[in-house]
Amino acid sequence: MRGLFSLTSGALFGLGLLISGMVDTSRVQGWLDIFGDWDPTLAFVLGGAILPMAVAWRIAEKRKAPIAGATFPARPNQKITKDLAIGSMIFGAGWGLAGLCPGPSFAALSFGGWEGLLFVGAMIFGMILAVPAKRIRFATS
Amino acid sequence: MIEQSYIYGLVGGLVIGLAGAIYLLGNGRIMGASGIIGGLVDGSGLSEWRDRALFVFGLIAAPWIAVKVMNLDAQTNITSDPVILIAAGLLVGFGARLANGCTSGHGVCGISRLSLRGIAATGFYLFAGGVSVLLFKHLLGVI
Repeated sequence: MRGLFSLTSGALFGLGLLISGMVDTSRVQGWLDIFGDWDPTLAFVLGGAILPMAVAWRIAEKRKAPIAGATFPARPNQKITKDLAIGSMIFGAGWGLAGLCPGPSFAALSFGGWEGLLFVGAMIFGMILAVPAKRIRFATS
Repeated sequence: MIEQSYIYGLVGGLVIGLAGAIYLLGNGRIMGASGIIGGLVDGSGLSEWRDRALFVFGLIAAPWIAVKVMNLDAQTNITSDPVILIAAGLLVGFGARLANGCTSGHGVCGISRLSLRGIAATGFYLFAGGVSVLLFKHLLGVI
């Protein structure tokens, strides 16, 4: 059952990214380009995605457990840490530079050519690099 | 007149939100792309590797099938500059994992839960993304 939910969710996520145009790097960069030819499409995507998710969180509050799992994710502490701020800024800089983030980069793998593949390879390497970086920060703080 | 891309954006967004709702109410997990992928590649989430692998498989396969079946001309308009691709990939992967989330986890799932961390993260990456485009497009002219 968990596998079916995972596969369905991944497939719908990919289709949603394709339909919404978020696999198109120029649309994402157009949204971030507030001093140029601004493209508000991303706001519609984010707004559209938040609607069903907000309903889902309300349902989750009323239920004891998910259909195929033990618990719902606990609310993490709400501290705005340095890692959250710095990490998000680094992420945002790369997002603007190429117009891609993790979800769309995978959704576009089959038609994104060698360029998409190179981006995903570098992204995975960056993800692995974050492990020792977090450990060093944790050890020194 | 409303641009057609806004309607596609809204419909696609609703499908993305539905995907997140299934992942949450079905498996009790937050649908964050960087978390699901990151947990596979750095070994931190191997206990749930099957869920993660099936999600990633669906994420790659569904758009591939849709493009083939409907004969779509899906454009990524991605840069062909290898230096930019590598630099951007490194920044996106490293930053998302350091922040414990990206546009899907912090943005879609976090904001809809009114999570302060999700809202703050979204503010930070939108700001940095805007500065990045301003710098690399308008000031340096490299993208």
